[in-house]
Amino acid sequence: MSDFVWTNSTSEDQASMKRIGRWLIRNPPVFTLILIVLVSVTIGAIAPEFWQVSNIFDMARASVVTGLFGLGFLVILAAGGIDLSFTAIAALMMYWITTAVAASAPWMPMPVILVIAALGGTIIGIGNGLLVHYLRAPALIVTIGTSYVIRGFLLTFIGTELFVNIPLPIEEFGKFELWRVQTDTGSIAILPAYVLMLVAAAVVTWWILNRTLMGRAIFAIGGNTSIAERLGYDARKVQVFVFAFSGFLAGIAGMLHVSANRIANPFDLVGTELTVIAAVVLGGARITGGGGSVLGTILGVVLITLVNNVLILAGIPSTWQTFVVGCFIVLAGAVFGTRKSA
Amino acid sequence: MDRQLNFLVALNALVLVAAVAIAGQNFINIYNLQSMATQIPELGLLAIGVTLAMISGNGGIDLSGIAVANLAGIVSALLVPMMVSPDELPMAYAFVFAGVCLVVGLACGLVNGLLISRAGLTPIIATLGTSLAFTGVSVVLTNGSGVRLGYIEPLDNFIHTPILGVPICFAVFLGIAIAIGASLRFAPFGMRLYMLGSNAKAARFAGFNQKRLLMTAYTLSSVLASVAGFIIAARISSVKWDYGTSYVLIAILIAVMAGVRPTGGYGKITCVVLSASALQMLSSMFNFLNISNFFRDFAWGLLLLIFLAVSRFDFRTLLSPQTKPGG
Repeated sequence: MSDFVWTNSTSEDQASMKRIGRWLIRNPPVFTLILIVLVSVTIGAIAPEFWQVSNIFDMARASVVTGLFGLGFLVILAAGGIDLSFTAIAALMMYWITTAVAASAPWMPMPVILVIAALGGTIIGIGNGLLVHYLRAPALIVTIGTSYVIRGFLLTFIGTELFVNIPLPIEEFGKFELWRVQTDTGSIAILPAYVLMLVAAAVVTWWILNRTLMGRAIFAIGGNTSIAERLGYDARKVQVFVFAFSGFLAGIAGMLHVSANRIANPFDLVGTELTVIAAVVLGGARITGGGGSVLGTILGVVLITLVNNVLILAGIPSTWQTFVVGCFIVLAGAVFGTRKSA
Repeated sequence: MDRQLNFLVALNALVLVAAVAIAGQNFINIYNLQSMATQIPELGLLAIGVTLAMISGNGGIDLSGIAVANLAGIVSALLVPMMVSPDELPMAYAFVFAGVCLVVGLACGLVNGLLISRAGLTPIIATLGTSLAFTGVSVVLTNGSGVRLGYIEPLDNFIHTPILGVPICFAVFLGIAIAIGASLRFAPFGMRLYMLGSNAKAARFAGFNQKRLLMTAYTLSSVLASVAGFIIAARISSVKWDYGTSYVLIAILIAVMAGVRPTGGYGKITCVVLSASALQMLSSMFNFLNISNFFRDFAWGLLLLIFLAVSRFDFRTLLSPQTKPGG
């Protein structure tokens, strides 16, 4: 008898487990949030300095550039594309504009510089979108090609040297404080104002995806291109828009990177694509398109920043970082990426 | 389609003539030809791996090739000296080295294959993730630094000593390429793979085991990458986790230049080999001209885009511009 009851209760348990699992898959940000909480609590227990204000501010600072990239990547992914060239765009804009401004207009105010960088990124992004549309090849392959063209152009024709003579407005912008906290130990933790750029970008992205016709078109094209086209959505317009938007954010991200680090290194940024992809996929965006949310992406970025930051605090050598990020991509792909579960 | 073959033969001839015109007679002396032949196998093998993945269709691609190659080389370089002394038994050392490489490649390939065929991950995300994970293992094993092998005669001979004028590693590469080309063309494996890539639904109704087919394709791809890893280790007699960062791009470029369809269902190994040789000659020409690596990346990226455009606008679309390719 007891045997029977025991089996019965497991099958009930299994059923409820399944229900929870299905609910989690339908609400991917919750899964990401649970992971964040788990990682934070574990690390907080091992290394209490994790909860220090300065550490949290550091992580907020570190997540800005990844976050901007991630939002751009999310929009492209939602439309069923993929992009590996955004870091190359950011690196080009960062180095080219910084050196050009330093050489000819060091007085130029930061907002103008940001607009120029965003415009430059947008133009390259439009090029990406047109190529992806007209070559009718997988976006992955096209953007691998453009990323090498962009980066090769930067390193061949613009320069390869570390540039430290950053124009004053760019440097000042990075120092602008949003919040200053005096900690118990007497040290000062500063939250820079440029983190607001990420907040603004997140709001704009959310608005585009959820409150505009373009957002509808993006999800429709990402869900099923041929059906969406028959419904009257213009695939070319959507593709050009998403790549342009990603380029726009990448341009801004590049300038913020200079502002934050007060140094322009043409070899920076490129190589972080995979971290960004990991963040977005961890945030529950489906790699096959038609899904994904801004909240999820931001949580994914937080999680990745946390992992990168936390490995060191937990005493795990930083050499493990690549391995862990790789496993996270596979894990997220297995949880959210399969067609069957959706 | 023999047009692609003719085009590639013409391309090879064109690059050769251009190189001789620019770099002079030195370009076609036996030493330079042999040196080029020793460099083709690693890229060629990675490109064949990418080709197999692409043929299988449904967004098939293998981005983990160079990561597998580096991991195979690193594991062998760390493990094999503990088992066999390179000074006392150099021949045995070389064979065990190759064996360990293949085992690592097989293991990595099984991981890729399982993720894609059983767990149902899209090939892009699966191989992106595993390429990071494999690279991560390489970094952890070596602490981020390189491992020197030193001079080991059989390994060096494998690369540099020609038999009848042909370097052994190149002959091995040709042998592998012929074997895979033949199995694609004549064996059920190839027929089924092309079928899966061109029409997955029809392939399902044909009733063969698709999962096992995908598994085989991706495992084979990684095993080929591990052979490339062995050749790299033997050629430069050291291994490092970040060797050949642009090989992913170049392998894809070779495949696309060879006319392999990125959306699946078409691709010929003969064309891949010819495409690899054209690219190698171009690269050697750049060497003669002292062109920087950065410009080379620029040129490879541009070439990739150009060849995507060329394969898109073929004769048939020019002759009948009304027919729109299905989305």
